[in-house]
Amino acid sequence: MEAALESNDIAIKQRRRFNFRGSLCIPYAVFMALFVIFPLALVFYYAFTDANGAFTFSNWGTVFTNSKNWEVIGITFLISSITTVICILIAYPVAYFLSNKKYNKNKVLVYIFLLPMWINFVVRTLGLKSLINFVTNSLFGFALTSTYPYVAVVIGMVYDYLPFAILPLYNQMLKMDKNQIEAAADLGANPAQVFFKNIIPMTIPGIVSACMMTFMPTMSSYVIADHMSERRTKIIGKLIEDWFGSSTSDVANNVGSVLSLVMLFIIGVTLVIEKTVSRKEEDGKKVGIW
Amino acid sequence: MANKVTVLDTNRALKNKRIKSQVGKILAKVFIYIILILMYAPIVYIAVFSFTKHPTTGMWNGFSFGNYINLFKPGNVESAKIWDAAKNTALVALTAASISTILGTLGAIGIYYTRKKWIRNAMDFVTQIPVVNAEIVTAVSLCVLFVICSKFMPRSFFTLVIGHVVLSIPYVVMSVEPKLEQMDPSLYEAAMDLGATQTKALWKVVIPDIVPGILSGFLLSITLSLDDYVITAFTKPTSGNFNTISTYVDSAMKKSGVPTQFRAFTAILLAVVLLVVVLMNVMSSRKQKITLKKEKNKND
Repeated sequence: MEAALESNDIAIKQRRRFNFRGSLCIPYAVFMALFVIFPLALVFYYAFTDANGAFTFSNWGTVFTNSKNWEVIGITFLISSITTVICILIAYPVAYFLSNKKYNKNKVLVYIFLLPMWINFVVRTLGLKSLINFVTNSLFGFALTSTYPYVAVVIGMVYDYLPFAILPLYNQMLKMDKNQIEAAADLGANPAQVFFKNIIPMTIPGIVSACMMTFMPTMSSYVIADHMSERRTKIIGKLIEDWFGSSTSDVANNVGSVLSLVMLFIIGVTLVIEKTVSRKEEDGKKVGIW
Repeated sequence: MANKVTVLDTNRALKNKRIKSQVGKILAKVFIYIILILMYAPIVYIAVFSFTKHPTTGMWNGFSFGNYINLFKPGNVESAKIWDAAKNTALVALTAASISTILGTLGAIGIYYTRKKWIRNAMDFVTQIPVVNAEIVTAVSLCVLFVICSKFMPRSFFTLVIGHVVLSIPYVVMSVEPKLEQMDPSLYEAAMDLGATQTKALWKVVIPDIVPGILSGFLLSITLSLDDYVITAFTKPTSGNFNTISTYVDSAMKKSGVPTQFRAFTAILLAVVLLVVVLMNVMSSRKQKITLKKEKNKND
């Protein structure tokens, strides 16, 4: 009996020693180290070096002494914020109706919102640009993209990032406790109270992740800004692209790296805000972005 | 008497409530479908103007199938470019999605079963990086890497695939992880106690349980890859005029404008997408019927 137990112990120990399933993440870890972490480290390195690889802060000077760059950062912030707010305002009811069995029994409907993504967004943006110009031209006699470029850019961004706002909200709302909503209504809460005191608090993690999924990509989606404003609106993403694409300066990549770090900094700040907001929510941790 | 009045009142109130909820339902449906129509409107708009040969989209000079004929004409230079780009797009999407799915699924299993907490936290953090990072930063960082490694890793189809794998792999991990959490942890142990090897237990017990997560990860990868431009532009081969649909359209825009037969191509893509929509609907309603039948049988 004892011997059997002992051999069992040994077997368990042997099993413990080599964690087969745990070891499966090694290829993934290697891949991520090589193609995610190392490239970012390179960007850091570039930001603090000159063309010969010597340490310098001059790239930072190049970026921050140019008032045009500050202007671009400000405009980017404005466009991204407005886009995010509009996206949430549209996506919230859409996700609510889609996830609620009372309004929608068709589970695949949410995927139909994603399917336009199979047609590349460059194509869709060009279509949208042509379509809204067609509409404003025939209604008011002007082309929106050249008369009100900022409005056109926001419309383009909302159009392209709406699915990214719908999905996290939808996933969060599926998990929502519907009994609680009914209970609140039964206990005499009016619809507005149910909405603001019940539904909104339950979906805060979804709102936060939907905000992230729209705010952060809009800052870098220079293609939409380019096409929707006839190349009149510049956002941070475009600045980075310009520097990396230019061959006029031998420190182009270095200055571009500084701008990338500025962007990473903004993203980092947004993430910290997100963490503090969703930490207040107990179950906010387990919500994936999708 | 007083009783009767209250009964009537409740009836009326109930009726009112029912009407109200009915109206709410209809309004909700209308709202959803308006947004859906708006999402598809720009593509439909292109598709409509694919039936006229006017050089600018939005102008009509007579109905014609000319764009479609040109698109399928063997000698047409622009059409050949479009089809080449389409082939490349599909090839990159499939290759990158396959690699992402395999690496990501293994990664998710590994992360979930790691005994050391710091490894799990570190891996979760790294997984989030490409998701929260701006696409342009991911793209230029990869571009810098490929410049430095240009001797043994020149920009090629291979680097493009790597770029797309970086883009989509976190989503595979994030789709698979919740399925692992839902799994009964004792099943794997049971399989091993019954004599299965670790690999066999993984194949026969763990993988079948997480298939839905793997599939949705694969589909998300395909979707992200098809929709990408920025990473493609910075990692695609520099030589030999290699283009995917997105870079093709962008470079055509910068040169002489997108050729008119591209509208026909978009219309065909739209047809494919709509076909998928219909198929999905048919399949889901069939599934619903089956589950309904099962429930009925159970109740009987």
